[in-house]
Amino acid sequence: MTTKVLAIDDSRTIRNLLRVSLEGAGFEFHSACDGQEGVDIFPDVDPDVVITDINMPKLDGFGVIDTLRSGPNRTNVPILVLTTESSDDLKTRARTAGATGWIVKPFDDGSLVSVLRRLTGHVS
Amino acid sequence: MSVNSIRDTFFEECEELLEALVEGLAQMEVASDDMEVVNAVFRSVHSIKGGAGAFALDRLVAFAHSFETVMDKVRDRALAVDEKLMGVFHRAGDHLADLVASARDETNLDDETESGLITELESYLDGDTAVEDFCFDAVTLDFGGPQIDLGVEDPVASTRVFHIRFAPTRALYENGHEPLLIFDALAELGSLSVEADLSRLPEFDAFDPADAVLSWQLTLTTSEPETTLHEVFEFVEGLCTLEITMEQSAALQAVELPEPTVSPDEATLAEPDETALSQIPTDLPVSATPSETQTGNRPDDSTGMPSLAPASKESRGPKPTLRVDLDRVDRLINTVGELIINQAMISQRIEELDLPTVAHLTNELEAYKLLARDIQEGVMAIRAQPVKPLFQRMSRIVREASDATGKKAKMVTVGDSTEVDKTVIERLADPLTHMVRNAVDHGLELPTERNEAGKDQTGTIRLSAAHRSGSVFIEISDDGAGLNRERILAKAMEKGLVPPDVDLSDPEIDNLLFLPGFSTAGQVSALSGRGVGMDVVKNAVHALGGRVSITSTPGKGTTFAIVLPLTLAVMDGFVISVADQTMVIPISSILETIRPNPRDIHMVGTDSEVVSVRGSYVPIVDVADSLGLGRRDDKNSNGILLLISTEMQGLTALRVTAIHDQRQVVIKSLESNYAAIPGVSAATILGDGKIALILDPEELIKLAQASGHDPFAQHSRMELRHG
Repeated sequence: MTTKVLAIDDSRTIRNLLRVSLEGAGFEFHSACDGQEGVDIFPDVDPDVVITDINMPKLDGFGVIDTLRSGPNRTNVPILVLTTESSDDLKTRARTAGATGWIVKPFDDGSLVSVLRRLTGHVS
Repeated sequence: MSVNSIRDTFFEECEELLEALVEGLAQMEVASDDMEVVNAVFRSVHSIKGGAGAFALDRLVAFAHSFETVMDKVRDRALAVDEKLMGVFHRAGDHLADLVASARDETNLDDETESGLITELESYLDGDTAVEDFCFDAVTLDFGGPQIDLGVEDPVASTRVFHIRFAPTRALYENGHEPLLIFDALAELGSLSVEADLSRLPEFDAFDPADAVLSWQLTLTTSEPETTLHEVFEFVEGLCTLEITMEQSAALQAVELPEPTVSPDEATLAEPDETALSQIPTDLPVSATPSETQTGNRPDDSTGMPSLAPASKESRGPKPTLRVDLDRVDRLINTVGELIINQAMISQRIEELDLPTVAHLTNELEAYKLLARDIQEGVMAIRAQPVKPLFQRMSRIVREASDATGKKAKMVTVGDSTEVDKTVIERLADPLTHMVRNAVDHGLELPTERNEAGKDQTGTIRLSAAHRSGSVFIEISDDGAGLNRERILAKAMEKGLVPPDVDLSDPEIDNLLFLPGFSTAGQVSALSGRGVGMDVVKNAVHALGGRVSITSTPGKGTTFAIVLPLTLAVMDGFVISVADQTMVIPISSILETIRPNPRDIHMVGTDSEVVSVRGSYVPIVDVADSLGLGRRDDKNSNGILLLISTEMQGLTALRVTAIHDQRQVVIKSLESNYAAIPGVSAATILGDGKIALILDPEELIKLAQASGHDPFAQHSRMELRHG
């Protein structure tokens, strides 16, 4: 079964880069261009792992994590934060909100793929 | 999708982000405390930085970072925006655009502007938050559970033994963590033994599958320091009970290490395990890198950004869009062109059949024609883009020009959502830039002069766009002193562009600006004097099938008006005949058609003719003659005169033999398919399958002037006016 990844990032460039590396690694790739779209399509996509940016219009990454980790549709899927930020405060905030991990941009294809495989128990 | 095409989309995206940036900065001018606006500006810069990092565009990243850091301070309300800071932001935005362009085109950019700007930006940061060199050197994967390997065990380094008690809570599982992955990550640090504690396992009846009942006792033998172990657990801290203790004997060994903790370099440079795929520095190296030092010094970051951001302006629902390769659209446009030609051919064939009753057929054909036109318009609309980005770029020109000339100027735009063909927009950028620069440099007065004239010190450059009767109207106006006609005329005489005793009307004097070789300002300023005259502007507009005109009122200002066709692919034209040849002339250039009365036509000298139109004399240009197809064969017929208005000569009448039809024609480049012919702008295919040339009225008139049949010789005009 293909592992589904939902990437939420307002940068088309980052979405494209993620698409190329993740589809290339055999993941089923879905993306949303802001936090709101991300949480909106989450139930339909039903991903095995979520990758989210922090600075986004409409709903930022913390909002995404909050929404996915609380409320009626709360989910246990791993949520990775992919951002250029690396401050401890932000990390703590993400962790408190329920993030599973933190990846700093620019990301390395191989590492990202390997992390996702581990997280989703998907072994190539 | 290749890396190159991702790179291309990155630069496309940058254009959009820069646009949003300019727009946001303009909004900040009026509402600098609107955090939605500030946030949007921040995000634009931030996204450019993020994307640039992926392509290792370090200079762009570093500058965007400086910019973003100051913007972040504004966002955190730790820095108030004043006029000076807005100026810095504008210039930083401009420079960011330059950096993007230089990265895209791989050209060099002036370092001085950049270092100056960075210094200015940094002056807004307190010493402790100064922007340090920001780099993306290390690929950083901070990872709670599944921390990736830092490298193979170094047999030389002393090993330690850690005892770890790990008891997850239910929340740990709820946040997507998996203990097994954490164990995997630990196992990669050294040798790991795992013992599960099943003591809290309930009776089968009481078993809740979602509950966290398992805990583990782990023993890890590793050369890594304890901090590395904590990093593995970073994202589960608070979600579990975690106790890490180091065996004393091993700990003593560790003291022998020169540094009690591993240095960033050691961590990142450790030979990566093949399965780990790459070096994954952990939080430790990150905290030692400048980036962390910097971001770590922004304690307000988390509070400044509400977790549920209020719906921004963008959330008012941009229409869903589809990105399409431009080639595909152009292919479609081509095909639609063929469809229109095909439709014309079918009409003609049916006409030739001379069928007795064709009413139905005629209706259907008419419907076909309308449908073809609808399709064509629909397809052209795909290529249409709002002029807004183009206009926005002009605000920078206004800013730069006013800085360079010591003038004060602001720009207002009207109708910037007007859509124009993409190619037209692209090719309009240079002429528009020049005109806007001219408007500030030559149009506006110095603040003191404006004061004396009772005007606001700050001049206004107004850019407007509108659709009117199948054309696009673009106007560039200033509220300056108006054209100095005396000086223009003197200059033109001095340069020998007009005879010394010439008598010209105000519009004629204004139009002298468009003559090649005319340079306006008494002193050529560094700004406008770049070797580009208004004649270049005129030619550029002309090449797009448009015209440019000028109106000026002393003391009130000057307006340049550009009229452009909506599309470059099709046009409405008259099908005419000239010396037995069928040709097409653009309807947009024709003001009026006249079947002249022979007594209204007068000879001037031996060769030139004029026609009297409502009391004024208009020179006649014989199209056949201009094209070198011989003079009129039928001297008895005066043919049909097409009245056109030109920038240089005012009204002129083009003589053709007959007008046959008015129709939409598909423009086919003659230059790319055959060769450029003077007086001819392009070609088209008519309903009978024949190729017809599309005439360029202005060029025809120039040809007539050059051929010696010059109805414009100044003496004859003067004679006419005085006689």
